[in-house]
Formats: sequence, C-alpha cells, structure tokens
Amino acid sequence: MPTEAQKSKPPSRTQAITDTAFRALCQGFTWLVAVIAVIIVLKIVLAALPAVRQYGLGFLSGQVWDPNKKAYSILPEIWGTLYSSVLALIFGTAFGVAAALFLAEGFTADAVFALLKTVNLQFHPFWGKLPEQVENLLSNLIELLAAIPSVVYGLWGLFVIIPLIRPACHWLHADLGWIPIFGTDLSGPGMLPAVIVLSIMILPTITAIARGSLLAVPTRLRMAAYGLGATRWEAIFAVTLPTASRGIFGGIVLAFGRALGETMALAMLVGNANVISASLLSPANTLAALLANAFPEANPKDVGVLMYAATVLLPAAVPRILTGVMLAIARGAGETAPLLFTALFSNYWLLWHGHVKLMQPTASLAVLIYNFAGMPFANQVELAWAAALVLVAMVLTANLIGQSLASRRVQ
Amino acid sequence: MPSAEIAGQDPVSTNGKVDPSVVMDCNIEKLYYGSLKAVRDTKLPVRKNAITAFIGPSGCGKSTVLRCLNRMNDLIRGFRLEGNVQFRGQDIYGPKVDPVAVRRYIGMVFQQPNPFATSVYNNVAFGLRLNNFKGNKAAKVEEALKSAALWDEVKDKLNESGLSLSGGQQQRLCIARAIATEPEVLLLDEPCSALDPVATRSIEELMKQLKARFTIAIVTHNLQQAQRVSDKTGFLYVDTSEGSRTGYLVEFGDSNQIFHDPKEKETQQYLKGEFS
Repeated sequence: MPTEAQKSKPPSRTQAITDTAFRALCQGFTWLVAVIAVIIVLKIVLAALPAVRQYGLGFLSGQVWDPNKKAYSILPEIWGTLYSSVLALIFGTAFGVAAALFLAEGFTADAVFALLKTVNLQFHPFWGKLPEQVENLLSNLIELLAAIPSVVYGLWGLFVIIPLIRPACHWLHADLGWIPIFGTDLSGPGMLPAVIVLSIMILPTITAIARGSLLAVPTRLRMAAYGLGATRWEAIFAVTLPTASRGIFGGIVLAFGRALGETMALAMLVGNANVISASLLSPANTLAALLANAFPEANPKDVGVLMYAATVLLPAAVPRILTGVMLAIARGAGETAPLLFTALFSNYWLLWHGHVKLMQPTASLAVLIYNFAGMPFANQVELAWAAALVLVAMVLTANLIGQSLASRRVQ
Repeated sequence: MPSAEIAGQDPVSTNGKVDPSVVMDCNIEKLYYGSLKAVRDTKLPVRKNAITAFIGPSGCGKSTVLRCLNRMNDLIRGFRLEGNVQFRGQDIYGPKVDPVAVRRYIGMVFQQPNPFATSVYNNVAFGLRLNNFKGNKAAKVEEALKSAALWDEVKDKLNESGLSLSGGQQQRLCIARAIATEPEVLLLDEPCSALDPVATRSIEELMKQLKARFTIAIVTHNLQQAQRVSDKTGFLYVDTSEGSRTGYLVEFGDSNQIFHDPKEKETQQYLKGEFS
C-alpha cells in the first residue's frame, strides 16, 4: 500500500525560495556584466570629449603624432590596424578553414586507419580507437595555440620570425622593389612580421568555430550528395561548405574583431612608426599598439587624446566582449595590456613587511616579458624567454585541465 | 558470373547465360562491418522495370543489402564485402571500378527526406551539374518534377528553399532529384516511413508510375505496402546462431507467392505476426 511519502508533492516553500533566489542571482550577474560594459564605453567616450572638441575630425585624417608639438592624429594607425587585420584575416581564414575541413571531414582518421590496416590492427580493441584519438589530439593542439599569451607571441615574433624572414625580405625588396608591397626594406619590426604572427593568433578561433559548423552539417545531407554520385570534394564544396557557411562566417567576424584589437604582439612587432605605406616590409603602427606604448608615459592632459583614439577602436571590441567570459580565466594569466596600464610594474611582491599592499604597483610575468623583451642586453632577453616558459606552462596547464574537464562525456 | 540456381527460388539464369531482364545480380556471401558479420548468403536478382521489395524484422540487414547495390556502404570505415554485385555485366566491387561512377547509374532515396539547403530548382539540378550536363537544365528539371508528381505544387516556387516544403513534398523532391539524371536503377530505403498515410499513398502511386522507366528496389517495414507495390519480394531474417546478429535471405520470389503461399517456416511466422 503506497505511503504518504511516495506520492508526488508540489514544491516546498524552501524549494520555491531557492528557485527564486537563484534566478534573481543569475539575472543580477547578467545585468552586472552588461552594466560594466556600458560603463567602460561611457567612461572612454566622456574622457575623449575634450580632445574631440579640441582636435575635431582632423584627428582622424592627419598623419602627425608629436606630443611635443601637441599635434595628434591617427590616420596612420587606422591604416595600420585595417591593413594588418585584413591581411591576417585572409591568411588566417585560408589556413584556418583548411585545417577545420581537414579535421571535420575525417582525413586524419582515414589516414591513421589506412596505416593501421597495413599492420592489420584496424579492428583491435585498443589500437582501433587510434583514428578518433589522433583527430581529437590535433584539434586540441590547435585550440592550445589560442591559449598562448599574446606577449609570448610578440617575443617569439621578435626573436624568431623576424630573423627568419629577413633574408627573404631583403631579396624581395632588392629584386621586386618596384612592386609597391615590397617597396621598402625590412628593418626589423614591420607589417609583415606582424601579419604573420597575427594570422597564427587568429587561426585557432577560425578553426575551432569552422570545425564546429562543419561537424554540425547533418550527415543525411552528405549522404544525399554521395547518393547522387558526388566525389568527396564535390560533396564538400557543393553541400557541406555552403551549409556551414553561416557559422564559418561568424567565426571569421570574431577573428577579425580579435585581429583589430590585438595589442601586445603588435606593440612589439609592428614597428611603432607613424607612416602610411603599402609596403609589407615597412614599419607601421596600429591603434592598439599606439595606446599600449603611449599610455604608460602619457601626460594626464594628453590622456583625453588617447581616449579619443580608443573610441575609434571600440567597435572592434564588440565581438570579443560577447565571447569574453568563456576565455576569461586562461586569458587572465596571459593578459599584458590591462596589467600594463593598471598594475604598472614593480619588482616587489604584494607583501611588504608582512602587510598586504593591494593598491601598489606589483609584478606580473606578462609585463616583465614585455619590458625585458625590448631591452638591448642579451641576458635580459634570456630572462624574458625564461619568464615566457613559466607563463606558458601555467597557461597550458590551466587549458589542459579545462579541456579535459569539458570533454568528459555525459554517460 | 551467373548466380547459382537455388531450388524453389526465382531462377535467374539458365545454361550459364545472363538473363537480360535482370539489371542487377546481387551475390553477397559475407558482409562485414569491422569484425561484425552483418549479412551472409544473400543472392537475389533485381529485375528490369519491376519493383523488388526487401522485407524483414528490424536489424536483419535489409538497408545494408540495399546500400550494397550502389556502394554506399563504402562510406562506412571497416566495411568489407565477400561476394560480388553484377551490374551491366560487371562486378561493381571490382578493383578498377570507381564507386562514384556506380552511384551515377544507381540512385538512392533515403528514409528521412534530405533536400539540400538551397532552392527547389538547385536541388533537382544538382545531379545535372555534377554530370556537367550542357543541355537545357530548366527543361530537365521540369521533366523530373513532373515525373515525381510535384511540378504543379512547386512550379511557382522553384526559387524557394527546398526545406520550405511539407514532408511528403520534400520526399518527392528527393525522388525528383534522384531521377533528374535518369539513372537505371532507383533504390528507396523506407521512403515512406517518415510520412503520413496520405503522402505515403501518393509516393506509392508514384513508384508504380516510375516502374515503367526505372528499375526500383525498396526496403520497407510495411507489409501492406510491399504487397500493394512490389512485383518481387525478398524476406530477410536474423541468424543468431554464431553469437552475433547476422542477416540472411530466407526466401525470394513473386510477391503474390511470398505473401499468400510462403514456402519457408520463418516467412510464414513473420507474415502471421508471430515475431516482428
């Protein structure tokens, strides 16, 4: 005979209160994030207003940046931001979508399967799982690329990419210098190293999103294409890619937003020269790099001008803000620019004579790397590399833990 | 290679000569997915301008056998066939045969309607474009849609998305898409199981009309449908004697004979509903 306890009951008072409270908490946090975003935008715009009144639209069309003469204009930076971002987007999309196709269509898995077939292990209970494992590994590796802090990319670009491309660039300028894009000689940091590193930085974003969109194309559409006698590539180009195109385009827009706002790597690689040049080999400047370099030593009166520049850059932030929370923790470790402006730098620890000093400048690995990378002494640069190793190890550990937790299947 | 005569079964060939009314001759000895033997000993002819139906309980390999006929199983990693399937005098599983070419002559319509996410016109013209058809595509599209009994309903919305049609219309669109390139054989894998009874009847009528131009093979769960529509029927059943489920052909013959006077015990039991 069923007892009272076994019958269904309506929610108890405690359950109802918990439910309402939780819902209110979630709503509160959502509004908080939105309000913070609005406050940031408002503060920047308000701080920029005096400079807007003083310099007007000439700020956007002039080419001189001279704090001594109080002449400020950012056209070279606008050019540099757009040129570097568009070029990086082209390369990043080409390689990113190709990598996503490679991973989503199972080419790797097929290759590993064929390999296993030669030693007749393809149906082995353990080795037979290898094709899927290899694909997951490759996909995770590409996502790890996104975890590498921007300042480490800058460091790598400065000391590995630039020496690597220097001979080729000299040849390009010497032989093909009449073509405008090779018009100047590479003198170290410049547009080309910046574009190369920027493409690598946005590649994981595009690959991850494109791969997701391609995997989301229903199998039955592919089967329909094959059933009509399509070859593999005909099925990909005529059916899979068009169906996934909306998602892939979203990934490209997100990557573009990232490229526009990329600060540290470009601050270290783009050359910080206020010139407008079609040449890939010439140094240039971007809005974000300008802000990163000018802020730490800016006169309080000149801050308004920098805020004006920041307002121009704001629209690039929109896609990033919308995805920001997901990447928050791993990025927090590697973030340089925010720390550069807020925590400044100090060789001293948070603790001073046993007291915690939260309001004083303090040390961080990312800012240390940035400062030391630009110094002319070899042992400082070596220290920068060492710090980069520690930082990357921390960030990768966090990412690997995050990935393994996220991939645990629901049984 | 002619298949052997099986006593009591529909004779395919005599004196070693290939019977011209047989378009495809299926001789599956063993079919493996990985280490699982999915189908064994299934030998049956698919006759010209007739509808051949495969019936049987769930998991007996009907769809697997159907997919063998146009090499769609090749898409599954770990698939292996011992035996052969003859089409136009050649084994389509021969070493030099390109599966893509096979599928251009043997088309397939699936259980779930799967029109592409593009316009009705582009859906039907897809096969024509694949084959680099240089003639009047619009005329061919209209002809295919008329043959699929869909033209009157879509002639004003050729540029609308294929996904905007109802379920029955989408399935007829998939049939139009499959017949636009005039393949010799049309394979239909449970084409009506996702549709309501009215749409089902319209597709069955369509199949009877298409029979005059194409050779049709269908897989169906619906015994009444098989009786209404098919000329020949093959009954497949599951053999669990070796520990795993392996499908095999129990009986094949004229539909009238199979449904009213089945010779094998399993067939009799299945048709009486003693197991499903």
